[in-house]
Amino acid sequence: MEKMPKWADVILIPVISLLLAGIISALVIMAIGEDPVKALWIMVDGATGSAYNWGYTLYYTTNFIFTGLAVAVAFHARMFNIGGDGQASIGGLGVALVCIYLPWPHWSLALLAAAVGSALFGAAFALIPAWLQAKRGSHIVITTIMFNFIGAALLNYLLVGPLKPMGSMEPATGKFPKVTSIPNFHDILGMFGIPFSRGAPANISFFIAIAACFAVWALIWRTRLGYEIRAFGHSEPAAKYAGINPTRIIVVSMLISGALAGMMSLNNVMGEAERLVLNSTEGAGFIGIAVALMGRSHPFGVFLAALLFGALYQGGAILSQDTNIPVQLVLVIQALVILFTGALDNMVRMPLEKLFLALRRKPAPAPKPTPAE
Amino acid sequence: MTDATPAIELRGISKAFGPVQANKDISIRVMPGTIHGIIGENGAGKSTLMSILYGFYKADSGEIFINGKKTAIPDSQAAIEAGIGMVFQHFKLVENFTVLENVILGAEDGMLLRPSLAKARQQLKQLAEEYELSVDPDALIEDIGVGAQQRVEILKALYRKADILILDEPTGVLTPAEADHLFRILENLKREGKTIILITHKLREIMEITDEVSVMRRGQMVGHVSTANTSPPELAELMVGRKVLLRVDKKPATPGAPVLQVRDLKVTDDKGVHRLRGISFEVRAGEILGIAGVAGNGQSELLEVLGGYERGTGEILLNGQPIDATLRHSNGRTRRESGISHVPEDRQREGLIMDFSAWENIAFGYHNAPEYQQSRLFMKNAAIRAATEEKMQKFDVRPPNPLLAAKNFSGGNQQKLVLAREIDRNPDLLLVGQPTRGVDIGAIEFIHQQIVALRDAGKAILLVSVELDEIMSLADRIAVMFDGRIMGERLPDKTNAKELGLLMAGMSGEAA
Repeated sequence: MEKMPKWADVILIPVISLLLAGIISALVIMAIGEDPVKALWIMVDGATGSAYNWGYTLYYTTNFIFTGLAVAVAFHARMFNIGGDGQASIGGLGVALVCIYLPWPHWSLALLAAAVGSALFGAAFALIPAWLQAKRGSHIVITTIMFNFIGAALLNYLLVGPLKPMGSMEPATGKFPKVTSIPNFHDILGMFGIPFSRGAPANISFFIAIAACFAVWALIWRTRLGYEIRAFGHSEPAAKYAGINPTRIIVVSMLISGALAGMMSLNNVMGEAERLVLNSTEGAGFIGIAVALMGRSHPFGVFLAALLFGALYQGGAILSQDTNIPVQLVLVIQALVILFTGALDNMVRMPLEKLFLALRRKPAPAPKPTPAE
Repeated sequence: MTDATPAIELRGISKAFGPVQANKDISIRVMPGTIHGIIGENGAGKSTLMSILYGFYKADSGEIFINGKKTAIPDSQAAIEAGIGMVFQHFKLVENFTVLENVILGAEDGMLLRPSLAKARQQLKQLAEEYELSVDPDALIEDIGVGAQQRVEILKALYRKADILILDEPTGVLTPAEADHLFRILENLKREGKTIILITHKLREIMEITDEVSVMRRGQMVGHVSTANTSPPELAELMVGRKVLLRVDKKPATPGAPVLQVRDLKVTDDKGVHRLRGISFEVRAGEILGIAGVAGNGQSELLEVLGGYERGTGEILLNGQPIDATLRHSNGRTRRESGISHVPEDRQREGLIMDFSAWENIAFGYHNAPEYQQSRLFMKNAAIRAATEEKMQKFDVRPPNPLLAAKNFSGGNQQKLVLAREIDRNPDLLLVGQPTRGVDIGAIEFIHQQIVALRDAGKAILLVSVELDEIMSLADRIAVMFDGRIMGERLPDKTNAKELGLLMAGMSGEAA
């Protein structure tokens, strides 16, 4: 017996959570003497008001789709991959090496190679925590958190040392060669004669992210590997009984997860910055956790949640730019949304479940004809 | 007797969990100084009712009277104050505390432990003499047997001055001898004027020890009878709502060539404990070998090592072909491919993924089978769904809906789902653990028939069960396990529960 209809689980709960986050945000904005309605309007307009704004919203969305999918895939195997940020930044290293040290005749080949490079580097960075979990039982949450720091430290060393061009004062790689520059929305839509803002960073990797959504969906619900991943995630003893190798599932699901997180750097490193800088991910790996939670680990849900968080990021940036609302407060709003949609899920869910049960009981007082014997 | 005040009276208790009406308008009177049985199938609402009485759940409606006084029991503290003690099916003891410490836990008199402990020691001694409730007060819980642990639970209740004792399926983990000991204790308690409520699904226990019995079916109280005026078939019929066959109908076995041969099989677990200490046996085609024993004497490990997910050493031959016990070159998958099917002991933990739909569960373990593959990568979900529908019909799984999640089926139907998956593969050897644990009587009949049918089709069956009755009626040969060893083999019509009980307790009295 399901506790409530599916649409309530998938749509109603996130919407109510968002409303609650919105109400508290409004109270906070009122408390500092600003008008919440105006602030909301600025955010919505800032995220969707122009092609330029959309360009930024979709750029952020792309980041969050990759990291959200990364968390979602691991979550199906009941692995909580907190290391998306580290895996994404090491993925960026893969992109940088491919772009800087290999000569490319055309951006498409570079993109292909960079995709492989970022996925490999991201996956490799997830391998050690996965192996430790599978073989030694070291908790994946702890190890992946620690690996975020290791990743940051490693990049710090590389970017102030070996990878920094001679004479540069900045901890970053040099600009990637012109040929590795991938088309942004302006270029792509321009081919169809549709004008789009030239300066907005959304680029072709958005479509790779969409493709990744489909690939993850097929993997989880159509392949044998996905079946085994889900089975293992639901019950380890049952998976053992069925002859599913736990080590293999832990390692493979974390490799896929790390690869997806690593591929985020196609967007931010190759598509936008066109060089590798310190802290290139800007915390997108952590947003991925909220995105996966809100999206119920389903690729379509992840897409929608990523879009929401993309808009929130872009709208928030405009909000701090156009008003006296300090940027810290924008972070508060974003945090409230994460808190309500991710962490406080049960706060909305429990009363709603009770409500649905009560509603269902009223019209049919004895809904138990004779199902079983 | 009706003019006396009942020790417990429940009036019109109802409790719903969502759309499921677990208890519906239940009224019951339990007279002081009696043993009152409450019998019903799994899911009939016995445990819910007792949880309401012990303050774990709040009833939606209804009243509770203790010794004629209307009493509200909002939590277990209130239940204890009202003189109610409960012995749970799964003991709630601190393993690394002593008996004494466990007894006073939560009932300490003050800040300092020492006076409480001294007082408890005195009382324990008294109780031990009074009721045959002897346990060493200084032994650690983890060092004493299951029977003794249960006595500690009873002592805990008595130490809290309980006059009414509720026991939930108390004999599930006990040997027949331990169960007899428990029943003697209950008789003593009754003689001292205590009131006892015994929850069970075993008809034999009801007949043996209770004075009155109340029968529950699907959340409702369907009958109160005095034990002296009833019989097992009548109670079974009340429980199920129709006539049931209590005995398995089967022809004598015609064993063929040995299918499974096991020699000197040993299993040592991660902590270095020897779970199997070198056992040898064989199962022939067309026979059921029943493994009897109290839970935890190596039967689970035996099934697991044969099923391919527990490491062991020793020789396993299937149809004369060696099978790797060490799991270095094999796992559950290769076992299935070689013709071993396995109905595991715990269907909810191992046999099924409760959140998976029925069709996903039908593929479980066989998801590598060629007929379920679309290509190297993709599964043929539509084909699995079609196969599931067919199997559900054949094994009478209700409702026959392949899209329903396993958790939404009743216990009996979940088990039928597992059997449909495993038996329909037509294995050479079927491993079955606790085939009817938590299964309603109606489904038990069907499950037993399926197992016997597979035997009659010339397959070998290894049956592990802690229900001695089930072993006695289903098996063609009985091996008794104790402490990782096989204590002896018997034929069901040449032995009895008493002899098997001795073997189960580790007494290898080679019956002369």
